[in-house]
Amino acid sequence: MYAYDAIDREMLADRVAEFREQAARRLSGELTEDQFKPLRLMNGLYLQLHAYMLRVAIPYGSLNPVQLRRLAHVARTYDKGYGHLTTRTNIQFHWIKLRDAADILRDLAEVGMHAIQTSGNCIRNVTADPYAGADSSELDDPRVWSEAIRQWSTFHPEFSFLPRKFKIAVNASPDADRVATRTHDIGLYVARGDDGALGFKVFVGGGLGRTPYIGPLIREFLPATRLFSYLQAILRVYNRLGKRDNKNKARIKILVATLGAAEFARQVEAEWEKIGPAGDLPDTELARIRGAFTPVAFEALPARSTRFETAKQASPAFARFARNNLRPHKKSGYAIVEVALKAIGETPGDISAEQMDALADIAERWGLGDIRVTHEQNLVLPHVKLDDLAEVHAALAQAGLATANSNLITDIIACPGLDYCALANARAIPIAQAIAETFADPERAERIGELKIKISGCINACGHHHVAHIGILGVDKKGEEFYQLTLGGSAAEDAEVGKILGPALPAGRVAPAIDELVDVYLRERSDGERFLDTYRRVGLAPFKEAVYADAH
Amino acid sequence: MPTLIRWRDGRAELAEDPYTAVADDAGVPHGEVIVSLTRFLQEGERLLGEGRHVGVRVEALEAVEDLAYDLPRISVVALVFPKFAQGQAYSSASLLRERFGYAGEVRAVGDVLREQARFMVRCGFDAFEPADGSTPDEWTHAVGRFRHVYQRAADHLAPAFEERGS
Repeated sequence: MYAYDAIDREMLADRVAEFREQAARRLSGELTEDQFKPLRLMNGLYLQLHAYMLRVAIPYGSLNPVQLRRLAHVARTYDKGYGHLTTRTNIQFHWIKLRDAADILRDLAEVGMHAIQTSGNCIRNVTADPYAGADSSELDDPRVWSEAIRQWSTFHPEFSFLPRKFKIAVNASPDADRVATRTHDIGLYVARGDDGALGFKVFVGGGLGRTPYIGPLIREFLPATRLFSYLQAILRVYNRLGKRDNKNKARIKILVATLGAAEFARQVEAEWEKIGPAGDLPDTELARIRGAFTPVAFEALPARSTRFETAKQASPAFARFARNNLRPHKKSGYAIVEVALKAIGETPGDISAEQMDALADIAERWGLGDIRVTHEQNLVLPHVKLDDLAEVHAALAQAGLATANSNLITDIIACPGLDYCALANARAIPIAQAIAETFADPERAERIGELKIKISGCINACGHHHVAHIGILGVDKKGEEFYQLTLGGSAAEDAEVGKILGPALPAGRVAPAIDELVDVYLRERSDGERFLDTYRRVGLAPFKEAVYADAH
Repeated sequence: MPTLIRWRDGRAELAEDPYTAVADDAGVPHGEVIVSLTRFLQEGERLLGEGRHVGVRVEALEAVEDLAYDLPRISVVALVFPKFAQGQAYSSASLLRERFGYAGEVRAVGDVLREQARFMVRCGFDAFEPADGSTPDEWTHAVGRFRHVYQRAADHLAPAFEERGS
């Protein structure tokens, strides 16, 4: 993992000092809330319905045990004992006091963490494949590029006051997309050129919110050595031409859609040519960063573990966990472990301080000290020996972290919604809980198979509802919470925006409607089809019929 | 007349402003003036022919490329921030310095706040009309808060990757 050097640490120390001074000016009354707002919004500090919320960056979703324990300390000392993981792989603390904020940033800085790039119209925290370094299909380690992007984009003098926020994601597997890459302002797919050279496929102008777009391809192959001049060209075109008079039209997706992907690409290429290699990072720096991600020392192990097989025979609960929450690792004898923060009846993405500490211990003891956050609000232990899985499972279960529902219908993404967020129209958490309870029977959930439900409490779409197999959007109808369902979206390699099923439903109808949709799927599905596949084959009509039958 | 802060040798200092900012519907007074880009494109030759210093005010939505061939004759380019968060001028300043090699004064006008001072200096601004009543000391403090930078920019500070390599 990348460890902050003296320069990185001094950057954070200077940031803490700056914020401490700004917060003191607010606390003394020298600054009004209006004057303070843009300053706190450059430090991830939001004012929500009940309190300040601090969003802490977890660049490319990568954490070590020391950092996770420090997050537990923040939750315990300054909040109500828990944090909430977001679809941008950040963690939010929802009950923060302004007078503590600078101390929290100081505590975080000690372990190389911060709240930079978690708010404001800057280049936000970069996200990457959570299986980086563990997946056999990856073409290069996306963390190398993500860390380089993190540094390049931190306090970028030209791009800190963009028309709107700007999100970059890096995917490295040609077979799978676990980063929702094409819903980002810039999505990078690591690629290999015809001659084997490393590079990127570049997608620009994806995004969710009011106007969802799957980002179009604007460059088939960008040599990796030219990444930063190309990013600069994209950002410069956007900074100069992006709309600023209407917040709803200010994202780059609108610029790309207005100009057309081809014309946008032409302008970027023209600017890129003028910038030239002066805008690129030297190979020495890329090599230095790459060195920090040298492959960990895996043991040579047989592909089959007797301990693992025996434990599965002995424990149905462990066998279920193994079926649903393990992914193949590039090294034989290892597995990738999904730690779902989706216990039935709990808030999706919430994790308590005790759970953070427990997971840090588990990662340290059995997981090579590596922890990842996914955009699906779960955690990952990327490197666990098959031999150790039963013990890991037992320890996770002890901490309430062994929910065996990864990728299943109860593995729901939900934004904080109206329970916390000042922007929300409707609650998201109770809807997620009601659905999870409807499908609490794990055997039934497994029979249903992969089904991605995502819930947003408003059109800003933090819950990614547009790209869910079943998306749920909270809307306000004359002061009452209603929910609009969409079907057939995907955030993965087959990215697509879902289609609206029909009129919005009252809160009490949502979970029963999901049940009806699932019944249609189980009735219609052919062998091996996921919900999404069946929907794509049979279309919207039978699903619509089932949910709105009573309305006829 | 607004306060003018000049950035020189790593610190801010109070400066006399010899320029009069001229509105498009006003007559051009004697002496050094800053006129709009529109007016400069119409009257620039004449104004420069009168043997005075001429500056040009470029609005957020205007392109500094329109001035490219005149830059050697222009002593000030004033880039407008209609609101502090409207950041087109950061790109304009970067282009003036890095692409066109402009060596004259690049002045920030409009909603110019000390919290943005560092970004402005990094992009090549060297004169400021602060809208928040900032003093030169406050300006110097705001610019100097950080010991390191991560990117190459118009200020030619050595970015982290060069510091590390040396």
